[in-house]
Amino acid sequence: MRWIAEVHVSLRPGIADPEGQTIGSALRSLGYASVDEVRSGKLIRIGFEAAGPDEAERAVGDMCRRLLANPVMEIATWDVRADEQQDAEGVNP
Amino acid sequence: MTILGARPRIAVAVFPGTWSERDFLHVATEVLGWQARPVWHAERDLGEVDAVVLPGGFAHGDHLRTGAIARFSPIMEAVEAFARSGGPVIGSCNGFQVLTEAGLLPGALMRNDHLEFRCDWQELRVESPSSAPVWLGELQEGEVIRLPISHGEGRYVADPATLDELERAGRVVLRYATATGEVTDAANPNGSDRGIAGIVNAAGNVLGLMPHPERAAETEVGGSDGLRLFRSLERWLQERPAPAERRVSSS
Repeated sequence: MRWIAEVHVSLRPGIADPEGQTIGSALRSLGYASVDEVRSGKLIRIGFEAAGPDEAERAVGDMCRRLLANPVMEIATWDVRADEQQDAEGVNP
Repeated sequence: MTILGARPRIAVAVFPGTWSERDFLHVATEVLGWQARPVWHAERDLGEVDAVVLPGGFAHGDHLRTGAIARFSPIMEAVEAFARSGGPVIGSCNGFQVLTEAGLLPGALMRNDHLEFRCDWQELRVESPSSAPVWLGELQEGEVIRLPISHGEGRYVADPATLDELERAGRVVLRYATATGEVTDAANPNGSDRGIAGIVNAAGNVLGLMPHPERAAETEVGGSDGLRLFRSLERWLQERPAPAERRVSSS
């Protein structure tokens, strides 16, 4: 069955994030004076086939370790869910 | 100095988006009279070579992270095997980024702290050249050389333990510095940890640096300090005990 993973890649705490800092100062200059933290990152949406939830989860973990995040400066977190729309289409084409 | 018939042979890896390969090929063939050939990233065999160059550019568009896709290009298996067998490898700019992603050098290169692309001449302090005579044998401890930099993502980062170990082992070989060799925040063009511009692996055969030695190999272009890295390789190849034929393939 088809699965959808949403992978969030963010910088490790303590790694300087000049992009986040720049966004933060832009927000403050727009009047959001209370903004005291902005961290930037990436959202990667992946559609793929896997036999079941365990296999899907394992596959996404592997993708993160091998390619999607560099452990030197990044952390990946993810959500995996069945692609219900695709399943519905599969049942009633 | 070069003995006819024993000219260094180098392979210059070319990924989609690489832009410095022609400068490396020009210096090797036109300035030095070496044999040099470009190797497309989809190839698996480096052929018989004495050294491998990973040049600058934007391999695979630098998508995801700089060097992250390039490290899985087919040719990288051969490059990694060549490096692990002690073969001389130099990665400049994007090539340095590929080397860190491939795990051949520690740390990572991140967006410059000021978020700007920086293209300029840069003074660099040479440290521990004896750690990597292959690439730095013609350079002196503490001297200042001048090379171009040209990057938006050159901020070297590593965890403090890794940085300490690199320094303890003499593996930090180039730091951004003033013209008098002082490593200061003002002389650091990208916010790199401890002003690091270049490091070598433990064996000393793999050098990664953000500056571009290939763009400073003729006085006509503003400086020739970069040529000394090539001369170091040439001398090292001539002086090594057994100049064995190398043929490394991933297959």
